Amino acid sequence: MRFVSGAILSVSVLAGFLAIVPLRAEDASVPAPVPTPAAPAACEVPDYLLTGDIALPKVAEVIKAARPLNILVIGSRSSTINVGAAAASEAAAYPGQMLAALKAKLPAIEVNLSVEIQAKKTAEEIASGLGKLVESKKPTLVIWQTGTVDAMRSVDPDDFRTAVDEGVVASKEAGADVVLVNPQYSPRTESMISASPYLDNMRVVAQEHEVPLFDRFALMKTWSESGEFDLFTAVHGAELAKRVHNCLGRALSEFILAAARPKPVQEN
Amino acid sequence: MTSVADQISGPPLAAEAGVLARDASAAAPAMVRPVASERELRLDLFRGLALWLIFVDHLPQNLLTWLTIRNYGFSDATEIFIFISGYTASFVYGRAMRDAGFVVATARILRRVWQIYVAHVFLFTIFLAEISYVATRFENPLYTEEMGILDFLKEPDITIVQALLLRFRPVNMDVLPLYIVLMLFLPLILWLMRRSADLTLGLSVLLYAATWEFDLYLSAYPNGFWAFNPFAWQLLFVFGAWCAQGGAQRMSRILASPVTLWISIAYLLFAFFVTLTWYVPQFSHLMPKRLEQWMYPISKTDLDVLRFAHFLALAAVTVRFLRKDWPGLKSPWLKPLILCGQHSLEIFCLGVFLAFAGHFILAEFSGGTGLHFVISISGILIMSAAAWLFSWYKHSADKSGSRAKATGGNADLAGGGA
Repeated sequence: MRFVSGAILSVSVLAGFLAIVPLRAEDASVPAPVPTPAAPAACEVPDYLLTGDIALPKVAEVIKAARPLNILVIGSRSSTINVGAAAASEAAAYPGQMLAALKAKLPAIEVNLSVEIQAKKTAEEIASGLGKLVESKKPTLVIWQTGTVDAMRSVDPDDFRTAVDEGVVASKEAGADVVLVNPQYSPRTESMISASPYLDNMRVVAQEHEVPLFDRFALMKTWSESGEFDLFTAVHGAELAKRVHNCLGRALSEFILAAARPKPVQEN
Repeated sequence: MTSVADQISGPPLAAEAGVLARDASAAAPAMVRPVASERELRLDLFRGLALWLIFVDHLPQNLLTWLTIRNYGFSDATEIFIFISGYTASFVYGRAMRDAGFVVATARILRRVWQIYVAHVFLFTIFLAEISYVATRFENPLYTEEMGILDFLKEPDITIVQALLLRFRPVNMDVLPLYIVLMLFLPLILWLMRRSADLTLGLSVLLYAATWEFDLYLSAYPNGFWAFNPFAWQLLFVFGAWCAQGGAQRMSRILASPVTLWISIAYLLFAFFVTLTWYVPQFSHLMPKRLEQWMYPISKTDLDVLRFAHFLALAAVTVRFLRKDWPGLKSPWLKPLILCGQHSLEIFCLGVFLAFAGHFILAEFSGGTGLHFVISISGILIMSAAAWLFSWYKHSADKSGSRAKATGGNADLAGGGA
């Protein structure tokens, strides 16, 4: 009886609150969208996100010897964007942007990129075929973007970790350096997708196998918090997506080069 | 009589205490445990605090998030909430079982379970509305993949049935299903505890160990598992229940020992430094590799031993320094927290709803730090105001109803604090 009345009270409080929200939402949609600047974003990145103490020996060797650098990106849909024509989309997505940045920074050597998009596949489904794929393509560097599909399907984090583990080991055994890329920071779906167990487990695997982890999640979160990008926005999607991927691609190229650079002897 | 008691000890249990006092004077049995006569305000205080922290943690990260305990150690507000819920539920319904028998107590517990279930379904409805809105309005090519999570909206028949079966649970809505399952087993737990409290706790530890050994879990829909594994989390609940059945008193010598205190403090400091390395990656090279490999990942799903130990250490230090008779407990500044703790189910649901609403507002207005802060603070204010309203209502309802009825509704009312 009392609970019922209590519930009624709470419902009316909630209802009052709900009534306010849609009104304000409509107000907000009135002003015309602000045109976005065409210039590439500055996308400042904290240093520690781009440098680690884990090296990429094979990449370093190839750069030193001026041999071709072959990169294989394996990822799900979030490694792509759709901005119209297929060729333009491919160039605009972060792997394409990374390629452009690497070519600019390494004018002396040949950089090749192949992108393998396997939409809707979990880490486990990818990992089983990863060794063979790497053996057949013989890349210097494998960039494995994973975690999103697993988070969406709430795969058991332990199984996820085992799968990532297996994939990393297989790629290394096939003779490639590995970089892991974690899920995107997606504030709109935060209340639906719980990314943190998958982020944590990727960090664990990266540490265990001494593989650099490109922390896409933290980067995008930094940009969202600093106001660089408004990742909540529902409008101007294509332009925003292009700029974010441009920043990610450039950051990834710096990340790779930093890991491939010979480390100065540390004095601790 | 009630008015004085209410002033001091807060309404819900005071009502219960009032009933008990009447029963006691009628039947004149000696009170088995003298502590029972006054409400343990520390429980309300910390449960209120847990509710606030859960709310803040459910919002997107902001300034206030840095004040929540999960940033300073392994355990977080969920541990506090489940432990205190176990404690109060065992306290209230354990008494009901002693006074009115197993069947009546079980019936009351089941009624309480039904209330929590209804609250969960209510929250799910709101969640569904929010999600559907996002699904129809939001088009951002950056997140094509993540938006796939909304595919379940294409088959609402299955989704809704699965939600009613507690198998489909959106993020942030995991605590109530856990609570429902734990409460369902409360009659059994209490029945066992009346035979032997220590044996019950032992069985609980065994189940916990078995969970880790044999990987027991409950599956969820469309795939995956329960984010809070009830087989593991029951340990905290049963431990809370055990403390309420006299375990806390029996532990008092251990709690008073300086050795316990120093071990606890050392462990809390250790946990603090480990957590620090998560947020300040520059420090992470200070962590020994071997320690990392042994320690990580710290499972929240299965209530990692490190988390449980962290909660115990936190509780030991708190009990030591925050005395039961601390005058601050009656200060008006802590009143909002205590009130929230006394209406935990309502305030918890309100908190989950406010977190949804907060997300929504932030998303619609692309709010910066300022708006974040305003939303967090107003959420806490709304929760406090609602708690005050519930108190006021119960208070006045008690006054008019106290003469008419004996025990029936009141045990459940006290359960409102459980």
